[in-house]
Amino acid sequence: MTANASALSQDIIDDHLPPEEYARTVEILGRAPNLVELGIFSVMWSEHCSYKSSRVHLKKFPVTGDKVIQGPGENAGVIDIGDGQACIFKMESHNHPSYIEPYQGAATGVGGILRDVFTMGARPVALMNALRFGAPNHPKTRSLVSGVVAGIGGYGNCVGVPTVGGETNFHPGYDGNILVNAMAVGLADADNIFYARGAEPGQPIVYVGSKTGRDGIHGATMASAEFDDDSAENRPTVQVGDPFTEKKLIEACLELMATDAIAAIQDMGAAGLTSSSVEMGDKGGVGITMNLDAVPQRETGMTAYEMMLSESQERMLMILKPGKESVAEAIFRKWELDVAVIGETTDTGRMLLTHKGETVCDIPIRPLADEAPLYERPWVRAPQRETILAGDVTPPQDYAEAILTLMVSPDLSSKAWIWKQYDRHVMADTAASSEDPSDAAVVRVHKTQKALAITTDCTPRYCGAGPVEGGKQAVAEAWRNLTAAGADPIAITDCLNFGNPERPDIMGQFAECVEGMAEACRALDFPVVSGNVSLYNETNGKAIPPTPAVGAVGLIPDISKRGTFGSLAEGDVLMLVGESHGWLGASLYLREIEGREEGAPPPVDLKVEKRNGDFVRTQIREGRLSIVHDLSDGGLAAAAAEVAMASGTGLNLAHEGELPLHGFLFGEDQARYLIAATEAQAEAVRAAADEAGVPLAVIGLAGGDALTVNGEWAVSIEDLKRVNSAFLPALMGG
Amino acid sequence: MKSAVIVFPGSNCDRDAHDAIERVTGHAPAMVWHQESELPDGTEFVMVPGGFSYGDYLRCGAMASRSAIIPALRAHAERGAPILGVCNGFQVLTETGLLPGALMRNAGLTFICEKAPLTIENGNTQFTSAYGGQREVVFPIAHHDGNYFADAATLDRLEGEGQVVFRYANNPNGSARDIAGITNARGTIMGMMPHPERAVDADHGGTDGLGVFESLLGSA
Repeated sequence: MTANASALSQDIIDDHLPPEEYARTVEILGRAPNLVELGIFSVMWSEHCSYKSSRVHLKKFPVTGDKVIQGPGENAGVIDIGDGQACIFKMESHNHPSYIEPYQGAATGVGGILRDVFTMGARPVALMNALRFGAPNHPKTRSLVSGVVAGIGGYGNCVGVPTVGGETNFHPGYDGNILVNAMAVGLADADNIFYARGAEPGQPIVYVGSKTGRDGIHGATMASAEFDDDSAENRPTVQVGDPFTEKKLIEACLELMATDAIAAIQDMGAAGLTSSSVEMGDKGGVGITMNLDAVPQRETGMTAYEMMLSESQERMLMILKPGKESVAEAIFRKWELDVAVIGETTDTGRMLLTHKGETVCDIPIRPLADEAPLYERPWVRAPQRETILAGDVTPPQDYAEAILTLMVSPDLSSKAWIWKQYDRHVMADTAASSEDPSDAAVVRVHKTQKALAITTDCTPRYCGAGPVEGGKQAVAEAWRNLTAAGADPIAITDCLNFGNPERPDIMGQFAECVEGMAEACRALDFPVVSGNVSLYNETNGKAIPPTPAVGAVGLIPDISKRGTFGSLAEGDVLMLVGESHGWLGASLYLREIEGREEGAPPPVDLKVEKRNGDFVRTQIREGRLSIVHDLSDGGLAAAAAEVAMASGTGLNLAHEGELPLHGFLFGEDQARYLIAATEAQAEAVRAAADEAGVPLAVIGLAGGDALTVNGEWAVSIEDLKRVNSAFLPALMGG
Repeated sequence: MKSAVIVFPGSNCDRDAHDAIERVTGHAPAMVWHQESELPDGTEFVMVPGGFSYGDYLRCGAMASRSAIIPALRAHAERGAPILGVCNGFQVLTETGLLPGALMRNAGLTFICEKAPLTIENGNTQFTSAYGGQREVVFPIAHHDGNYFADAATLDRLEGEGQVVFRYANNPNGSARDIAGITNARGTIMGMMPHPERAVDADHGGTDGLGVFESLLGSA
């Protein structure tokens, strides 16, 4: 080993392999690992690749069901959407790179998640994202928003997959660690799905896509460490994306997948050539032999270590059925992509790498993947917070002013500045995207009357205030949003973003959120089919708010029967589904109006959630509703304001009874929907609610051009629109 | 009507174009790979679709305009047969010189995707005749480089000869004289940034775009 290599080896041992893990490598090999082997062990055992802190908790998730074709463990989850069709989807974080280099970090996040989906044989049909930025007035926020949005758009627009929805929050808790979570959804024939498993000994290993360069080396280990003041120095570990190559790669892969050539396939994402080859070797139970001289290289003089650790983008590794090399070559050459046979599978169970005639790595595969280290990290439960109901909070001096304050707040503000930069319509199947009055994005299944409903959700406020209920709520809200769009919710993917798991309180947030999510998934028959964990989201010891983002997919059987909230008409009867107790703990109202982030989050009763949602979905399909909108951040007031702005029709709410008015308007009790129907239909809706045992209250009539309550005060639609559209243009300057 | 859609590496509205043409004409267009040197025999109408041909590297449409298929496209143009270029297709047509002017980066510098209200300035072209007296349409736009530019003399000529076909009601990108779509002097080639092929279906983007394809079918 050269002096250089031995210094680098020492760095890896010091920075990325705890002493007990290093000792294990020596034990596994029966000797000290060389530089290449150290690099491979350290990335495969990184938190990002091995899930070593999270795996014991992730086992709590329900991962099977009638409609699940493939649960977690493959590149993405696969669900059955009938008629021989499958939907393939996953969400993934690209938090660390996006903070360091926002444009490329976000762009390659999109590229990576797309590859996870088309690797399995799906044509990607929709992109979503969940973004969390720091306080609007933090000096880095503006440039981060600008770079991340441009990066997501730059990649998705070019590759030609519509970015149809998402969510964006701002909170000082993300000042030092923004979250960029991207979700991709694709469609495939259920009988033509491709997996990482399936390789047999004696099959050729084929590299396709871009050449390998020195970018992104050790990106996965960066994503498994905290930040400090010098984190910007990690910039060289951020990869550079090329959506043009990705577009060609999609078309070439799908073309090859239409032939019977592929035994196993895996994209080269985090830890590139290392993880893709190890995953396929591990899952197929085969050994891997590769000659690194054959790897297409962008730069001269690359070492084996650099090639194995590079995270150059737009690359795939596939194991072909013997004799099919020429089929693959013809297709990839047509698309002007590199293609090279770089090795073959063996029956040794070992990964054997040669470079320039020398053996540079000889490791048994199992300990790298399936038998990676596993930690049961100590954790503590979050302290219980107090219940805060409307009676515990002073009413606002001026209700109209309070509503306007909520609607101009960063979380409720229009995000048009962001979504206008995303092509939402390419592929010509988008029925509802960010601009449309729908609680979920709706993308038609090409050339059918069916549609996918897609949403991403999480309320970090609740997760921080009470992680179990917060975890439940993230799942329940996703389920509710799909329901409000008229869909049968099917399954979720998740992106679990937390701080440093070595701290018991953070590990506790993780464990409790997962516990709540798992409970909700079970109760709502809403299994987890894929996901990603992003830990160490902290800077100088300050962790992000716990943010287990949920991406969910449902099916609308007939696109002509879906729920929207933009067609409220004069004279429609306004009705509230669900019970209201005026829950203000951890509410947006408490934070934005009172400046307090206190109290327990609203409890989630999953039986009630299911009952109310099933009722609403039935009413949508019966064609009885003119609008339906779920109640979430900002409660009834925010939902009513959104309906008014989208419809151009006012809502005249009437409130009587014991519940204080600010509880009625701003309470964030769960399992609630605002619906409306013509007078003739309203009767049928009420009767159906009675029959289903669903609480339903008539709360007013539609009409006029303002939101009013008891005729005492009014907020005009014009004012609502004006304040609601102000925040981002003001922040971003145009 | 026998149609063809040219596909470059990086085209991404080729499927949208295919489906819109098929919906209106009842016949699926031939998808012609950029490395071909001929259009299929008997091709009456050619569409150059949107997307990011060659990744928009160098300059939008610049590399596509040097593709193997372009001489065949020129020959088709010389015969006076109709060609429609949308979005990146418009950029390709200006880069080939089949249409005058150029598309620069949007004035606001960001990508813009929105529904753009347009006025039909010339309803007597073979791309707009089916609109009858209808003057106002809404088509989606989705582009980063849609800011139409030409020198004043060219713009005057375009206006004077009725070559300005579509104009933006609320200019989103800084285009000279609000121009959204133009034809060549013979009126046989139209280029436009808005996407009529994404507005042929009530479930997606409305149906205002049908008229463009119906007009072509009517005049074929």
